[in-house]
Amino acid sequence: MNEEKIRQYGDELFDAWRERRTVAPLLEREPDITLDDAYRIQLRFIERRVQAGEKIVGKKIGVTSKPVQDFLGVFQPDFGQLTSGMVYQEGDVIDLGTLIQPKAEAELAFVLKHDLKGPGVTAMDVIRATDYVVPCFEIVDSRINDWKIRIQDTVADNASCGVYVLGKTKGDPRKLDITLAGMVLEKNGEVHSTGVGAAVQGSPANAVAWLANTLGELGIPFKAGEVILSGSQSALVPVVDGDELVCTVGGLGSCRVKFSGRSAV
Amino acid sequence: MSHKNELTLSREDIVRLCERVEGAQTRAYAIPKLTDEYPAMTIADGYAVQSELRLRYLAAGHRLVGWKAGLTSKAKMQQMGVNVPSIGFLTDRMARPENSAISTADLVHPRVECEVAFVMKKDLHGPGCTREDVLDATDYVLPAVEIIDSRFSGFKFDLASVIADNGSSARFVGGGRARYVEELDLRTLGVVMEKNGEMVAMGASAAVLGHPAEAIAMLVNILADMGEHLPAGSFVMSGGITEAIPVKPGDSVIARFQELGSVSMRFV
Repeated sequence: MNEEKIRQYGDELFDAWRERRTVAPLLEREPDITLDDAYRIQLRFIERRVQAGEKIVGKKIGVTSKPVQDFLGVFQPDFGQLTSGMVYQEGDVIDLGTLIQPKAEAELAFVLKHDLKGPGVTAMDVIRATDYVVPCFEIVDSRINDWKIRIQDTVADNASCGVYVLGKTKGDPRKLDITLAGMVLEKNGEVHSTGVGAAVQGSPANAVAWLANTLGELGIPFKAGEVILSGSQSALVPVVDGDELVCTVGGLGSCRVKFSGRSAV
Repeated sequence: MSHKNELTLSREDIVRLCERVEGAQTRAYAIPKLTDEYPAMTIADGYAVQSELRLRYLAAGHRLVGWKAGLTSKAKMQQMGVNVPSIGFLTDRMARPENSAISTADLVHPRVECEVAFVMKKDLHGPGCTREDVLDATDYVLPAVEIIDSRFSGFKFDLASVIADNGSSARFVGGGRARYVEELDLRTLGVVMEKNGEMVAMGASAAVLGHPAEAIAMLVNILADMGEHLPAGSFVMSGGITEAIPVKPGDSVIARFQELGSVSMRFV
């Protein structure tokens, strides 16, 4: 795909994001779009957000579970970039009016204390480079009509990232079984679904290692202090005005989030 | 099936159905669900057949080692149209050691589930048994795998039939690491079930009624309805955290639990 089209689609997604509306799946319009093209479109989309005043604060890893990979017909995760405008603090109320068609996922987030530079990064390097882990919610959102995404669509659309909330309980991955730690997601006081760290690429650290290696190949920096959302351990939960969600990671702690207002769709 | 929970079966019918289930369990063959012949069967009827079955096994020299809760996930209860779990009894003949080869020749269509098991240090009596009562009466918890095996054709049944079939109980394996409940958050234990090296089911213990001890409390209250109690020393399985996964000869299964170690077995 030529540079002009990359810019055109990146700009289109940026405009859709800014105006809280959706666009037709890119793959419907460009059947030959490759995964590489999709990442270049994502970079353009993020470049526009940075030009508009945001900073890059981390990465998110998506498509980490086998059911989602099977659904999208891929055998590896994808990633998107986290920007300063996506950050909520625990206890904040998320305004659904800033989102289009949001769904929540419960995850484990990593914060790095050393740079991770792939290729050649293993899960052991990830633990070593990790400052702490925290329970978190990622509120995914799609700028594509009705979430009708194939892998190229979601990658171009910044891995369907919306906003995120980090919990306050920091854990040391050397003291926590991040692979077998249970994940309990409650919606309005009732258990909605449960999961476990292993649902993410066998272990969340494997997903982060994959990201370090992938970024290394693309020449994208992965720096100390960055936040990495390692991938969903729960079912996707649609959220509406008044909903309250709590996710709890066994042996670590919880993250609580409330929603108000109406999303665009 | 009637939603009124009264005994409708005659003593003769109970004995007849008990013998039918016992034959299917002992010689490992599938039978049609009991409600095909007795469409008015209630949950109380199901427990009457199960109690008869238990007394028969005990009279034949089997030892009652404990109980199990079933249908403990919200999804399964909604599917069966009930708001309480079901229970079944466990005998020494159903126990298999950790790391052993388990025969499938004497089973119909076995499936495996990961569960948190409780071993009691005090007697518990219902009604009115609570989660706190259960935790107070627990000696220790350990990880377990239940091998369920409905004796009904195609695993197709209704609640009255499955209760009569002792909640599909067939075999169980306890193992891993025994722990005091005070040292754990029993709500958030993660589990992974692997079959032949591949992860096939995952979850956390809150999938069981929000907390596994809740299932034990409900079990004790159902026992009270039957005029029974849960004695100290009982081994009690709290219900599947993960979905039931079919197994066949040659399969190797390992259930990995946060904080509780693992339980493994293979099927021959």
